[in-house]
Amino acid sequence: MRTPAGVSAADFSTALTQFEAALGREWVFTSDEDVDLYRDAYSPFWGEPEERKAAAALAPENVEQVQKIVRIANHYKIPLYPISTGRNLGYGGSAPNASGNVVLDLKRMNRVLEVNENNAYALVEPGVSYFDLYRHIDERGLKVWLDVPDPGWGSPMGNSLDRGGGYTTHQFRNHFDAHCGMEIVLANGELLRTGMGAMPGSKAWQQYKTGFGPAIDGIFSQSNFGIVTKMGFWLMPQPDAYFTGSVLVPRHNDLIALVEMLNLLENSRVCNGMSDLSSPAMGLPAPYDAPPAAPELVTLINKAIDGKTDDLDTYAASKGRAVWSATLKFYGPAKAIIAQWEYAKEKFSTIPGATFVDGELIKLPLTAEQKEKVHKVEFGIPSLSIFSMGARNANNPTPGDGHQWFSPIIPRNGEAVFEANRIFAAAGRDFGLPVPPFSIPFCFWERSFLFLFGFPVTHDVEKNKATRAAFKHLVEIAAEHGFGEYRTAPAYQDLIMSTYSFNNHALLRFHETLKDAVDPNGIISPGRYGIWPKNLRGARK
Amino acid sequence: MKIQPRTVTALLLGFCAAHGALADDAAQIERGHEVFQKWCAPCHGPGPGKPGTTALAALYKGAKPAPLEERTDLSADFIKLYVRHGVSIMAPFRKTEVSDAELAALTAYLTRTKR
Repeated sequence: MRTPAGVSAADFSTALTQFEAALGREWVFTSDEDVDLYRDAYSPFWGEPEERKAAAALAPENVEQVQKIVRIANHYKIPLYPISTGRNLGYGGSAPNASGNVVLDLKRMNRVLEVNENNAYALVEPGVSYFDLYRHIDERGLKVWLDVPDPGWGSPMGNSLDRGGGYTTHQFRNHFDAHCGMEIVLANGELLRTGMGAMPGSKAWQQYKTGFGPAIDGIFSQSNFGIVTKMGFWLMPQPDAYFTGSVLVPRHNDLIALVEMLNLLENSRVCNGMSDLSSPAMGLPAPYDAPPAAPELVTLINKAIDGKTDDLDTYAASKGRAVWSATLKFYGPAKAIIAQWEYAKEKFSTIPGATFVDGELIKLPLTAEQKEKVHKVEFGIPSLSIFSMGARNANNPTPGDGHQWFSPIIPRNGEAVFEANRIFAAAGRDFGLPVPPFSIPFCFWERSFLFLFGFPVTHDVEKNKATRAAFKHLVEIAAEHGFGEYRTAPAYQDLIMSTYSFNNHALLRFHETLKDAVDPNGIISPGRYGIWPKNLRGARK
Repeated sequence: MKIQPRTVTALLLGFCAAHGALADDAAQIERGHEVFQKWCAPCHGPGPGKPGTTALAALYKGAKPAPLEERTDLSADFIKLYVRHGVSIMAPFRKTEVSDAELAALTAYLTRTKR
């Protein structure tokens, strides 16, 4: 059995006995067979000495048990690593930042405490997955929607605390922004509620976010200052209809005007869904099971990335394909969203050569048959279809063992998309990275673009070493050009936090000041998002 | 042969025990079906958009059914191995997700038509 760093075997053994008294022996996992289930299946250090492995795992079923565990851990200075559903694959899974931590598995805390249809909110525990909450709402016929990330087995709490995103309207896609109220167990075992929840008997915990005084919820996301045990979320009232419309523009450099107009329409709430950008001429983004792009087309794309765009424009015209397309998405009353699309078309018509394709108006709610045909996440329906990416298929006969995401935030303008592609294409050539010929940005976030590169993880140590080196290189050159990542797996959290270094790492130093104040023994997730407790700061890599 | 009341009682008890065992089996299989629906179907169910089914279709190329519920060759040990160890991009499942008892029910369900 592993023991936590700095904890004697005798103390650890005593603590385990006390954990068993608090939880029952069944929910204290110490055998290798059980603890290995907490390995990060997508660890880029898989099988290497640096792979982060837990010493044990504990599975409480209520907040009182969490408090008991934390008090024991604080007494013996045993680091705990809380997880909600532990399915944050690609960004870390269920393994801690440091080997020897004890995973605090909150999956058994799986109660949907409230769903309020009229005020459109939910209050949930950590182990409630998107599937669970969707089922709860669906079985009761409540007319509220979730906003779900791609894999539906994650939890609203865990995903929002890791600042994940989804696919419906602006107000709900940023899952942390859509939360309202938290309950937190602090490192001394004390219970804290934020927002209106700080008032005993409050009747509006999930209806007003900030309560009174400093709003501190943000410090519990991507961090290690407390263990969140309840969290409220605003839900989307079920809309009457859904509609999409696409605008197509003929030339490479039209992306600049296209994005400018898209920004105006989104920021004005003329369109409220998550827009999709694509390139019909480049065939991007490619379906998961598509064969590699033809070499001749890749040559044209590379020339365009280097600023020579005429040949790509000529190629696109010869094929009768637009170079760019933006698909706008609308949720709301049918008449209103059709009128909003008509207005959007007027605005896009200022781009010479712009053409339009009207999508189908879908009346809601969906029928059971429709639910199987649509892109589920756009309708708040959890799914796991995203794993088609990377899974075995006809064009991917030898799949890897996982993936890790490189996810830089890119300014929302066409010039930045071109610049980022120049930078990342060059890095791809230098390092032989699996970056696509041209990276099409995603519109998850309201005011920025997001690039997503999925790097394969294998159980081949040498391949993983090469991938980690390439990942590090990408982070560094991105930072040199002012692009930073929004989220990452524990393997890269120190690296990426080190790029947020304004004024001699003032932000990280502030995090550390907070850490020392609220968790002086460093028992909650040491190292998470680059924040190490005082006693382990020397271990920072 | 004259049937003694004791023999009748013994036969009845045996029938009831067998009937009870069948009922237990059916309940276990039904429980396993629920486990499958919750934890496996999003990837291994029938139809498009199910990465596990797509992967097994590419692996077996028609030699075996791609949806797991149509397989008749799965053994309990095989299922347990994959649930607890994962394969390729499928991560293993912890005991707080699929307990040992639920895993036993799942294997009962997926081996119900084993040949």
